[in-house]
Amino acid sequence: MTYIWYLIALVLLVIPFSAMVFLPINKSKPVLLGFFLIFIVFMYGPMMTMGVLSFQGPFGSMTLPAKDLGSLHWFTELRAESSLMVGVRDGITKSLWVSLVVAAITAVLSLSLGMAFRRQFRGGGILFYAILLSLMTPGLLLSLGLSFLLYYIGFNKGEGMLGYVPIIGVQAVWALPFGFLVMMSVFNRYDARAEEAARDLGASSFTTFREVTLPLIWTGVFGAGLFGFTLALNEFERTFLISGAINTLPLKLYIITSSSVLRPYVYSLGVVTIIISFLLIALFLIVSAITGRKKALAIEEDGSGVDDLPSMTAAAASGD
Amino acid sequence: MSDTGLVLKDVYRVFPGDITAVSDVNLEIENGEYIVFLGPSGCGKTTTLRLIGGHDDPSSGTITIDGELLNGVSPAQRPVTTVFQHYALFPHKSVLQNVEFGLKMQGMDKTAREQQATAAIELVGLSAMMHRKPRELSGGQQQRVALARVLVTRPKAILLDEPLGDLDRLLQMKMRVELRGLQRELGITFIHVTHNQEEALSMADRIVVMGDAIIQQVGTPTELARHPRNEFVAKFMGDNNVLHGTIESASGGNVVINTPHGKVEVPGSGTAGEKGSMAIRASAVNISTDAVPAVNGVRVRLDFVEYLGDSIKLHLDFNGEPFLAKVDEERFGEVQAYEGKEVTATWSVEDGHLLEQ
Ligand SMILES: Nc1ncnc2c1ncn2[C@@H]1O[C@H](COP(=O)(O)OP(=O)(O)OP(=O)(O)O)[C@@H](O)[C@H]1O
Ligand SMILES: [Mg+2]
Repeated sequence: MTYIWYLIALVLLVIPFSAMVFLPINKSKPVLLGFFLIFIVFMYGPMMTMGVLSFQGPFGSMTLPAKDLGSLHWFTELRAESSLMVGVRDGITKSLWVSLVVAAITAVLSLSLGMAFRRQFRGGGILFYAILLSLMTPGLLLSLGLSFLLYYIGFNKGEGMLGYVPIIGVQAVWALPFGFLVMMSVFNRYDARAEEAARDLGASSFTTFREVTLPLIWTGVFGAGLFGFTLALNEFERTFLISGAINTLPLKLYIITSSSVLRPYVYSLGVVTIIISFLLIALFLIVSAITGRKKALAIEEDGSGVDDLPSMTAAAASGD
Repeated sequence: MSDTGLVLKDVYRVFPGDITAVSDVNLEIENGEYIVFLGPSGCGKTTTLRLIGGHDDPSSGTITIDGELLNGVSPAQRPVTTVFQHYALFPHKSVLQNVEFGLKMQGMDKTAREQQATAAIELVGLSAMMHRKPRELSGGQQQRVALARVLVTRPKAILLDEPLGDLDRLLQMKMRVELRGLQRELGITFIHVTHNQEEALSMADRIVVMGDAIIQQVGTPTELARHPRNEFVAKFMGDNNVLHGTIESASGGNVVINTPHGKVEVPGSGTAGEKGSMAIRASAVNISTDAVPAVNGVRVRLDFVEYLGDSIKLHLDFNGEPFLAKVDEERFGEVQAYEGKEVTATWSVEDGHLLEQ
């Protein structure tokens, strides 16, 4: 009977695919939209269980079904767990700083790698696959190996700021291939002729980069950084064995869920951390939107603007 | 060798994989000339332009401008600038910022460069759109921005790679006149690349016909139209008929070539017994119902009459080979009656000419 499930899974894959291939766009759209919704449900479903269970009353349990829904009881309980809260808050702060640094490193390294791969170079192919290969190495083993290496070379883990170096290192290595792929696709679509024109008009390599290249690929660099940020924020496996005394948020959550008697306030904790993560990402996006908008505004203030549109259409109409 | 103007001497460009894109190019371009590089796709026009602009280096040979060697000089340092194919405007900069870029790179202060950029934008008639982004402009307007962007830097020569290629036909015609007028006004050397022979004929002081990586012929539009040097040029310039055969005799400044389709007499000299080819322009060919003359006349079938507005192009079948004639527009009624029938195509001796082998 288990084959039934395989069959259902197969149908679920085949329907959207055939809708995409065989139906005209206006007809396939609702079908694809429907499947996308199902996908969303599967993706966020588990999170919703957690959300639901966090809003139980005082007699709530760790498992479904939820009891006395609609209470903030376990959020109050969570606040009362002061030592736990201190640990979590500390974890969030540490994760935040680490993630920001990893984001910056990922952005810069991905950009340089992307720039390097615009030209063919000896060993480029091997380097390309070597970078992607790091996506496939089991994180835990990497962490294990690295921890032995650090021990061997006498790097006392967890001492002061130095303790952050291996954490940031493994997380940046983890995020780099993603950022790299973002930059590869950016440069794939990138038109280098504008750069050639800049150089032709007398710009040095650096000026060309600053005046032409960077403004055109900025969103890509930002995307690579965002990848670094989110991946670092959630990173567990690679950080696990090398973190020493520094507990990032995922490590802290792991310690909490594995060492104490579990009560529904851990679900509340989950909800709170998810909200915080979403807020961080939103902040990131808003900042990028504002910087983008500012540039647009600066040019509009320069004198051009929407009111120019009629004259443009008039010019177009005059066949010019 | 001249020490003014742009001189290319024995220039070659061989790409890895033994792809010879440019071979044995020797060319002297006077200051202030309007030069058009003309040739089919892949013949090396863009490559030659890139070599002049410094975006690529010749495998061998030298390029000098006013006696100054350009080899190894970066594009930024060369007194030539390029209007790139598809314009390559800076998409994130406004028209004004695009145009003032070159001056900014020269270190000119803001007020001075804005003033000059504004003047250049005015010159190409885009004052009203100074603050727009390139994507808010039509193709023709983008083209003018690209032009203003290079003009403002006062280069010795401007290189234009298919500058009219992205425009519709009407706008092309308009821009031909505008570009030419602008070049006259400024007195700067323009080197313009195209594969459109009509465009080349209408704009150039001199045309450089390229084919198979080499220069096939250099000449004024009339020289090229009337006296294509070889079969390649004759065919590429369009509307030429080429006949091959063996030279039968040469006397009095004319040669007679025996072709499979009859004898033809053309001005020129040659040795009897050698191979000979000649070209005759479609517009020099007349058709009638007269008997076929002994020389310079062939019997053909009129397959198809193409009305061109100001003239009529006749597609003739010459024993299975295409043959072209062009007659006055007024004869439309007459020639239409011949369609599908056998007619006689003739031309006078002085209109034909001998091609190099
Ligand atoms: N970077 C390169 N590497 C290898 N071969 C090249 C390179 N650039 C051009 N070529 C080859 O050199 C030849 C000439 O190219 P070029 O771009 O100069 O042609 P073109 O005359 O400008 O053609 P088009 O009218 O299509 O633009 C072509 O066969 C092309 O494939
Ligand atoms: Mg080209």
